Amino acid sequence: MDEIKDKIKIKNVTKVFGKHPEKALKLLDEGMSKDEIFQKTGQAVGLNNVNFNVREGEILVVMGLSGSGKSTLIRCVNRLIEPTAGSTIIDDVDVNKLTIDELRNLRRRKFGMVFQNFGLFPHRTVLANTEFGLEIQNVDPAERQKKAMDALNLVGLEGWEDADIAQLSGGMQQRVGLARALAVDPDILLMDEAFSALDPMIRRDMQHELITLQERMKKTILFVSHDLDEALKIGDRIVLMKDGRVIQIGTGEEILTNPSTEYVKRFVESVDRTQLLTAKSIMNKARAVGYPKDGPRTVLRRMRDEGLSSLYVVQRDYTLLGIVTADAAKKAIDDNKNTIADIIDKDIPHVKGDELLSVVITILAERQLALPVVDENEKLLGVVVKGSVLSALAE
Amino acid sequence: MNITIPKLPLDKLIVALLDMLTTNFAFITKALSNITGIAIDFIVNGLMLFPPLLLILILAGLGWWLAGRKIGIMALVGLALLWNLRLWQSSIETVTLVILATCAAVALGLPLGILAALFPRFKKIIMPILDFMQTMPAFVYLIPAIPFFGLGPVSAIFATVIFAMPPTIRLTILGIIKVPEELIEAADSFGCNKKQKLLKIQLPLAIPTIMAGINQTIMLALSMVVIAAMIGAGGLGGEVWKAIQRLQPGMGFEAGIAIVILAMLLDRITQKIGQKYK
Repeated sequence: MDEIKDKIKIKNVTKVFGKHPEKALKLLDEGMSKDEIFQKTGQAVGLNNVNFNVREGEILVVMGLSGSGKSTLIRCVNRLIEPTAGSTIIDDVDVNKLTIDELRNLRRRKFGMVFQNFGLFPHRTVLANTEFGLEIQNVDPAERQKKAMDALNLVGLEGWEDADIAQLSGGMQQRVGLARALAVDPDILLMDEAFSALDPMIRRDMQHELITLQERMKKTILFVSHDLDEALKIGDRIVLMKDGRVIQIGTGEEILTNPSTEYVKRFVESVDRTQLLTAKSIMNKARAVGYPKDGPRTVLRRMRDEGLSSLYVVQRDYTLLGIVTADAAKKAIDDNKNTIADIIDKDIPHVKGDELLSVVITILAERQLALPVVDENEKLLGVVVKGSVLSALAE
Repeated sequence: MNITIPKLPLDKLIVALLDMLTTNFAFITKALSNITGIAIDFIVNGLMLFPPLLLILILAGLGWWLAGRKIGIMALVGLALLWNLRLWQSSIETVTLVILATCAAVALGLPLGILAALFPRFKKIIMPILDFMQTMPAFVYLIPAIPFFGLGPVSAIFATVIFAMPPTIRLTILGIIKVPEELIEAADSFGCNKKQKLLKIQLPLAIPTIMAGINQTIMLALSMVVIAAMIGAGGLGGEVWKAIQRLQPGMGFEAGIAIVILAMLLDRITQKIGQKYK
């Protein structure tokens, strides 16, 4: 496999807001904190010596609370905000050294940006909004329209192209925002709190959709969020920021299991447990199982002994075969069957041990019975019942 | 003991400045005056060629089409009243002056407003000038207008343009500046140049605000055109002026009501046009 390239390299990027940034830069070098510098000079440090790379084709989530500098950072990448120092290198070009004309060209070719409050133009229709980037590049109208329609189809908005923006719900508006960014076929998507203004349900849908789209598109996505659940869900890697500094970079797993500072640890504790806990961590041992060669009377007795209404059937090596219910066993007795091999219901839902609790919950919700948990070789590890989910969440 | 501080010769300075301007630029202003004079006569005479009742129907229909049935009916009744009061020609003259002055005020004010919105430094210069233009008593503009344009409607238009232009400039600036930051960022993020940003985003979004400014300009133009009767602008203001000189309150109020009717019609119609862009 090819080595993964770094698409964006952010090197020592610093941003100071105020009239005398040089004063603040000097004090930063001396190791003074953001608050001290503001007290002393009145200059606000937005970003303090930020370094990280975004790999080609990954979703990198920059994560932090408000005031952490994450929105400033994403704007420094395409210079909507001019960084005070440092360099941002995209495909071997230092963005901060470009002239205004070169910068404009780079923005047209490489970037698509999606905004927290959508940033749609209210005087334009859905289609005209989506065409905007192409219009700016003077693409001819027929081609412009075709590409915009493709982008709208991609986000599931076919049939809405002539609607006014105000007619759309928030979720649909952000789809337009996404389509507008995708229509120019950029290498890099900059997404600034793109889903934060949406209802939780819609937000989850959009996150899911972004992941699905990304599987096809393979764009380099820099995504800013204040929501750790969101970061864990969509981020291939996460950059955690606080007070304009990067405090940890890593995959979600790395950050959760190995928080670098007390701050990160506290942050991680507030995470939605359904996104963290796995089926394996909450399952119980199966109290009793059946084997295909067992007779129906045997399994029925075993159920009665354990107070169960059904029994999971496994092979000798514990490979899960299916389930036998008490009703089916009784019927097999009436039919004079010797073994339960014929009455196994093989079409049953099951989950892998590393499946997230959120998924387990949705499957359990539609089911009366316990949910079997298997390993990668389909061997039965245990079962999850509703009660154990609830107790795990209540912890 | 009386100490007399000598009076500053501000008046003499202004007169000297005006004299200088008159001697050097009068040929331009006189030419402008002639052209405008011809335009005014052309429009007034052209409109007077129509039988009044036909024109009333056309204008009422236009009002209906632009601003809805209620205003159409209002226009029909109002204009018919003007005609019945034998104020038709005066009304036509007044409206012509208002329209010409408004066109000139918008033609100058809109670009100035755009420039001020885009260049903060220019805005800093233009704001105190606008304050000056708006607070200076309107009559004062009439005095220097005469040496430049002579007595009559052209001077009236000149004074009216100066008096009525500020709202267009101010609200153009406001309309452009208050375009939400996120939309500007969105436009920039796609690589807009300044011209694209102005034409595709800022101006279209500012239109409702600019229309409100133009509406104000029209209202101010109407009030100034009436005052300008003092320097022979004629029209409905002329009727009021005559009534004052002859102490005929009935005649004065008739002309006054006619002005109110015109003001209401112009206001409602331009407001409706402005709302259409929202």
